[in-house]
Amino acid sequence: MALSKEQIAQRISREIRDGYYVNLGIGIPTLVANYIPQGINVVLQSENGLLGMGPFPYEGEEDPDLINAGKQTITTLPGSAIFDSALSFGMIRSQKVNLTILGAMEVSENGDIANWKIPGKMVKGMGGAMDLVASAKNIIVAMQHVNKAGESKLLPECTLPLTGVKCVKKIVTELAVLEVLPAGGFKLLERAPGVSVEEIKNATAGKLIVEGEIPEMVITSVG
Amino acid sequence: MINKVVTDADEAIRDIEDGMTLMLGGFGLCGIPENCIKALIRKGTKDLTCISNNAGVDDFGIGLMLQQKQVRKMISSYVGENAEFERQLLSGELEVELIPQGTLATRCMAAGYGMPAIFTPAGVGTEVAEGKEVRNFNGKDYLMEMAFDADFAIVKAWKGDTAGNLIYRSTARNFNPVMAMAGKVTIAEVEELVAVGELDPDSIHTPGIFVHRVFQGNNYEKRIEQRTVTERRL
Repeated sequence: MALSKEQIAQRISREIRDGYYVNLGIGIPTLVANYIPQGINVVLQSENGLLGMGPFPYEGEEDPDLINAGKQTITTLPGSAIFDSALSFGMIRSQKVNLTILGAMEVSENGDIANWKIPGKMVKGMGGAMDLVASAKNIIVAMQHVNKAGESKLLPECTLPLTGVKCVKKIVTELAVLEVLPAGGFKLLERAPGVSVEEIKNATAGKLIVEGEIPEMVITSVG
Repeated sequence: MINKVVTDADEAIRDIEDGMTLMLGGFGLCGIPENCIKALIRKGTKDLTCISNNAGVDDFGIGLMLQQKQVRKMISSYVGENAEFERQLLSGELEVELIPQGTLATRCMAAGYGMPAIFTPAGVGTEVAEGKEVRNFNGKDYLMEMAFDADFAIVKAWKGDTAGNLIYRSTARNFNPVMAMAGKVTIAEVEELVAVGELDPDSIHTPGIFVHRVFQGNNYEKRIEQRTVTERRL
């Protein structure tokens, strides 16, 4: 069974370590906040100027002056800090943020990522993604393995305009967990429950590296 | 103390002319100078270059200026919330320079700090790097990005005093402090204008030296773009 978006988020949450400062992108990455394991202390950074992002407010308690980078109403937590945009990207550029989790339209086998533009069709902009991927020490991409037309999004080379070069370290899709090797290639680490190596091979256009037995992911949520 | 107070938004923007470059504070619709945007629409100033992280939504913020075709060029990092913007962009009516958000903030900062350029790794190896100088420091490539040169910076603060000292509230701070430092002329609209001495000097985010005009804004709508809530469990 391919994973749901919630299950992708849950699998990614297991990459988070105690004491991490984490930046979550829009989409599946935002869901990761719901699955951070008990006993793990993490601080979520929102690049519009907040460290210590809390859950959504209760209805009636929304504050238009308090939003995250996805423009959603949020809350602060005890110990939160607020700052301006230049300072926010200062902490990103100087690698104080331990982990960046973001979505992608395409990833290449050498770790290039494209997620901000489809020429002639869609131009939303890169937001903070180019700054994040250019500086982050550890980048995990949450994405669908294939597009709606069934074409692989894990490619030998990206076809869309790039967001960053040789920066993606790990990818979690509905089918698999993969590591991008420094020398190039997607190394298969885990399979979604019931998904065969053959299915993952067929869905991966870039170089897939399979060594030995590939374990199934441990997924506990039904989502 | 030098008095920076003007009566209202119309007086504050009186000498903004066609073809000028403006910085507008805010992130999404959070912390945008609502009063000055409405005054610019009343004035009908055209051919503006606007530096702002986003372009508002179709019927609020800078989106209202786009509807009136007052903007010739936008310099932004993300414009995904505005269908009219995307239409004008794809049809070629509007010139757009999309740049990384941190680069946008830091080019404002550079202007405010009196530095001509900065070096950032954001955009290296992408189309953002086209035509820009690349410099290698300690084995890593960086792009040289120039400080912005804006005729006016228009910001929104929570509290301000008559000397132009400003305090922002919550994440409505965002780009406002760096833009406030970066305009040749800086206009600040505030939710609450107070006498000098009422703000704690230790709490000032933008010292009044950077602010040329300040006024008490009114009728703030503070629209929420994405209202997300947690369900109450009884």
